[in-house]
Amino acid sequence: MQYETVIGLETHAQFHTRSKMFCGCKTDFGAPPNTQTCPVCQGLPGTLPVVNRTAVELGLRAALALRCHIAPVTQFDRKNYFYPDLPKNYQVSQNYHNLGVDGRLEIEVDGQTRKVGIWNVHLEEDAGKLEHPEDTGANYTAIDLNRAGTPLLEIVSAPDMRSADEANAYMNELAAILRHLGISDCKMQEGSLRFEAGISVRAVGGEEFGNRVEVKNLNSMSAVVKAIEHERHRQVAVLESGGTVPSQTMLWDVQREVTEPMRSKEEAKDYRYFPEPDLVPIEISPEWLDQVREQMSELPAVRRKRFIAELDLPPYDAGVIVEQKPIADYFEQTVEQGVEPKTAANWMMGEVMRVLNERQCEIDDLPVSPPMLAELIGLVTDDRISNSVGKTVFSEMCSSGKKAGEIVEEKGLAQISDSGELEAVVKQVLADHPDAVADLESGKQQAKGFLIGQIMRATRGKANPKLAGELIDRLTGD
Amino acid sequence: MTRITTDTVEQVADLSKLILSDEELAGFQEQLDKIIGYFEVLNSLDTTGVEPLAHPLDLRNVFRQDTVEDSAPREDALANAPDKTDEAYKVPVVIESS
Repeated sequence: MQYETVIGLETHAQFHTRSKMFCGCKTDFGAPPNTQTCPVCQGLPGTLPVVNRTAVELGLRAALALRCHIAPVTQFDRKNYFYPDLPKNYQVSQNYHNLGVDGRLEIEVDGQTRKVGIWNVHLEEDAGKLEHPEDTGANYTAIDLNRAGTPLLEIVSAPDMRSADEANAYMNELAAILRHLGISDCKMQEGSLRFEAGISVRAVGGEEFGNRVEVKNLNSMSAVVKAIEHERHRQVAVLESGGTVPSQTMLWDVQREVTEPMRSKEEAKDYRYFPEPDLVPIEISPEWLDQVREQMSELPAVRRKRFIAELDLPPYDAGVIVEQKPIADYFEQTVEQGVEPKTAANWMMGEVMRVLNERQCEIDDLPVSPPMLAELIGLVTDDRISNSVGKTVFSEMCSSGKKAGEIVEEKGLAQISDSGELEAVVKQVLADHPDAVADLESGKQQAKGFLIGQIMRATRGKANPKLAGELIDRLTGD
Repeated sequence: MTRITTDTVEQVADLSKLILSDEELAGFQEQLDKIIGYFEVLNSLDTTGVEPLAHPLDLRNVFRQDTVEDSAPREDALANAPDKTDEAYKVPVVIESS
């Protein structure tokens, strides 16, 4: 039998706010344990939470971007469960009146556009962190409440995805939107973007969904993709052998790359939601929504289309550049300086991203501004320096913060485009390689490439390759 | 009519991490059933056309600005903990999977 996988994803994204959801504690990642807490986020009796307005507005941006219906009145609810990372024994979340419902996200897989339904978008608070001491024999778990109360956005998709590829496209598009709109920095390694996957399989074309397995502890997009593949195989094997897949919650084991069932007690889902009496309802007026809309920048999908239609970029290039807003902004500012878009795109995807990768830094950390990059690209396109020297100059600019022109001047890197000056070098190279000259004269064109290579070597990359080629032709009497 | 059975009490106790004796189970079953019974009085009211009340206070949109305030010193945060390390609360080992 042919099977298809049915996937729904729950996404948690930490909001990019300075302070927590209901109190003024910082949300900085990596602070010493328990130094960013106060009586409110410690869950002490007698304290009262107050909603962070920015978190609500960022949530509204997400709900609008995902084409949700926005609740005219939204409210918080308590989700009750006992776990040591939750100081109040309940998480303030939303259940009955979510911020946004019935939205959608368009994704593209293999050139096909698909719509993934969004069931709801809601606000909640993060829990603390449990640390299991590394020294074996330690008989306790340590709790750090710095993360408790950090504002979270939860996005629940419909079970509309049918493959790991589609889930991957969904996660990437969602992350691009959250980053573009300044909602979350989506740093998976810091846990600011997390996923849970609901996975089932059924016969292709089936009407009914199979029993759903919920997989938690997915801390990277690649873990989600691997867990989907693993569950697909596991569930199909169960069905093929005549069994049934039980509905259950599983944990992803990162090391062994398998899913493991959670203990049944923790699985018992009875959160006894009820309206949070400590927080009053939030009314979202059309005027407020308009203000939020005005603050929203262009969505990644719109920007990609514009880059393709107006700047004539290939879809692949547009996809890579738009993935991160700072890169896309930098690219546009470079193009505004008069650089041909495809040339600018090549530099962004080549040298710029290479340096960012190498240095593990963000584009805003580079001392090279878009006008400085534009100047460098100009030197290359005007044949003042060769492409390979251009790359060297770029690295130098990233280290020293100097302008391209200065570096070229200082290091004498200007391309030799003067035929008189280059002729002497070419003559020498030809004299040194009589075999190659003979090959070329007998019609072997690849010999010419070799000779140009030797000329570049002799000039440390400064020879204008086009001019060198012309000189070879002339001096070999071709 | 019994609204709360001992099974329900057992489930609630389980969710609340409470271990109850059979006597206690029976006792709470009776008490909880009575408490829930009081709510039946409310059901006798005709609420046709009355909007469900979202919150007893007639207040909306109470916000704070996204500004950072001082957190509590760690010693204060940990002061009430029955067990702690220099920097964290200590609880018995939590096992995440079987």
